Amino acid sequence: MNPHPDLTSQVIRSLGWLYLALCAMNLVWTFRLGKAKASVAALAVWSSYCTALALLAMVHLTKFAEPQNFPFFMPLSIKTQIDGLANPVIFFAVSTLLFIAMIVLREWWTKPTIAWLILNAAILFMALSMTDYDFRQIVGKPDNVPIVAMLFIVGFFTWLFFSRAVENDRRIALGKPTVEKEGDEKVLVWPDLVYSEMICMIALTAILVIWGVVLQAPLEDPASSVKTPNPSKAPWYFLGLQEMLVYYDPWMAGVVLPSVILVGLMALPYIDFNKNGNGYYTFNQRKFSIITFLFGFIPLWIGLIILGTFLRGPNWNFFGIYEYWDVHKLEVLNNVNLSEYFWIRGLDQPLPAAGADASALVKTLAILKREWVGLAAVLAYLLLLPPLMAGTIFQKFFVKMGFVRYMVLANLILFMAALPIKMVLRWAFNLKYIVAIPEWFFNI
Amino acid sequence: MSIGEYIRDSQIWKSIFRHPAPYDRRNRVVVMLTNFFLHLHPVSVKKQGIALSYTWCMGGITFFLFLVEAITGVLLMFYYRPTLEWAYNDILALRDVTTLGIMREIHRWGAHAMVITVWLHMYRVFLTGSYKPPREFNWVVGVLLLVLTLLLSFTGYLLPWDQLAIWAITVGSNMARATPFLGHEGPGAQILNLGGYDLITNASDARFILLGGRFVGEATLNRFYILHCVAIPLVVSLLIAIHFWRVRKDGGISQPL
Ligand code: HEM
Repeated sequence: MNPHPDLTSQVIRSLGWLYLALCAMNLVWTFRLGKAKASVAALAVWSSYCTALALLAMVHLTKFAEPQNFPFFMPLSIKTQIDGLANPVIFFAVSTLLFIAMIVLREWWTKPTIAWLILNAAILFMALSMTDYDFRQIVGKPDNVPIVAMLFIVGFFTWLFFSRAVENDRRIALGKPTVEKEGDEKVLVWPDLVYSEMICMIALTAILVIWGVVLQAPLEDPASSVKTPNPSKAPWYFLGLQEMLVYYDPWMAGVVLPSVILVGLMALPYIDFNKNGNGYYTFNQRKFSIITFLFGFIPLWIGLIILGTFLRGPNWNFFGIYEYWDVHKLEVLNNVNLSEYFWIRGLDQPLPAAGADASALVKTLAILKREWVGLAAVLAYLLLLPPLMAGTIFQKFFVKMGFVRYMVLANLILFMAALPIKMVLRWAFNLKYIVAIPEWFFNI
Repeated sequence: MSIGEYIRDSQIWKSIFRHPAPYDRRNRVVVMLTNFFLHLHPVSVKKQGIALSYTWCMGGITFFLFLVEAITGVLLMFYYRPTLEWAYNDILALRDVTTLGIMREIHRWGAHAMVITVWLHMYRVFLTGSYKPPREFNWVVGVLLLVLTLLLSFTGYLLPWDQLAIWAITVGSNMARATPFLGHEGPGAQILNLGGYDLITNASDARFILLGGRFVGEATLNRFYILHCVAIPLVVSLLIAIHFWRVRKDGGISQPL
């Protein structure tokens, strides 16, 4: 017998309950459509969908076939195709495209029906994927369950934001008051607020207790400083930082970039000079700040956590969601430094180096000579780009913000962009370091 | 006279609660002013300001989770001893034999949830532009709270003293050794030497201070335990107090002008 069966009767039964829940959700949805006097055709479609889900749930819940003959599972062909696509380049490209689509198509996808369809598709995809053994291994780990939940929760709140912002922007364009402005009347905190707080606390307590009963907190073997697990992962909320280690050395990925993130967050209220959009949801009035923040939060922060948690396996190799985490999977790494590109491949010379018994000064000069292209590129990036942007794309900002504020903003943006830039350089040219001075632990 | 009224009329009740039952408008105002816990709130608020679809209730939920963590954490401290000999076994016992060992589950899942809700709270505050004047400084206090929440979670991660714990902390704290100037494998550390002696070595750098040693060991366990159970919670409590005070002083939850 297969020790790692894709389907077991327990999995089938749990999926049955999941489909039943999905069916119930859609019944409520259909019911509300009916009350809102939707067209008969729409009601017919939704009711048939509910019926199909109910049947699907029944098939799963009644022991209708042995697990190995069970007809509903993610087909192997699809799994291989999805796994075949799995690499960091495609992951990042797709998440960037989705990000752009999310913003450009905001008026379309925030429509309740579209959002509901997306939610249904996501749940069905998860459910079908659960029929895969390796997928369950990663997603079902107790510590990873909150991350899966977080995906849906962040998605929900992003939808909530965009739909409120779209509505408000429409009102503002028509010169009408925003939703927030309309509910301007005052209410007493007792009972209006304290009661909702109490209900919220009771509900949360219930959720935590149920969660605690259903999922046991993980406890592995006792700590041993000799048996290194593979992969060794930081706690999940730092996995975005750990993923950055692929592209930058620890001093950048683990110290400089996180510090810049924090300083940037703290500086945010002092560099955003736009007075609009204080106290209500809007997109059009704050396009620049919202796009920048969302890009940092969704594809970079949340996206890299997802990548680090679910797609990075042994030796920090990239694995597809249905792929077995094979310790022996080999990924050929032949990354090249910029200095090697320049001296060896470009000028066909050996890398400049000082003799072993040269003085410290000569050695330093040799290192600087070896790395001058990279150093010049980094200096130009940090010192030349800000004034250049001030004269061109950011001219309006520069005029309004003044020198200090503008420089802070420009540097923060350059640091944020440093990550995607290095990613693209790595993927396109196998570039390892722009500046490689291991002698001083100074690699960029 | 019903039992409820009888109790509410007694000297004991009246000595604890300084106001009559909040049944009419006047007393609903008075209750907010005279009760210690309730006086964190204003007496009345704009209806939209407290709408769930506006605040997502995420700040409140984060605070509630902080309280849950404090309570379950204190209960766990009654059982757990932060030493190499006992740490793992105590956690094992919590799982297998201790009555109410579920406190560990609630504590762990509550911590995960708190990290997520803090992010979502920040997300909402950003998206409603609530960091704009006059609330700039409260946003900064918030960022500090965010960092401390992550550090609370990080220091707690080590305490079960299993493989998951020490390797996650090892991976996480390895970064500290690359701190520019302050880590022994960081750029610039070599410059800091006196008369040929390196000031920054693997026994004196940022990582050493964090771990209390050159690797994750008993000193680290002790250090993280104190940080997790005493030092960080104290600072967080202070900052939360300031945060709430500023929410009120800055004019309550933000609203369109
Ligand atoms: C332990 C962490 C935190 C707790 C317990 C907390 C709690 C709260 C609560 C209860 C409110 C009232 C309104 C609401 O619920 O949304 C609030 C408002 C606020 N929070 Fe936090 N917060 C925390 C972290 C943060 C973070 C990480 C930020 C931002 C980086 C932040 C920035 C703010 C700001 C600017 C307000 C005023 C919002 C407004 O007036 O609409 N807080 N906080």
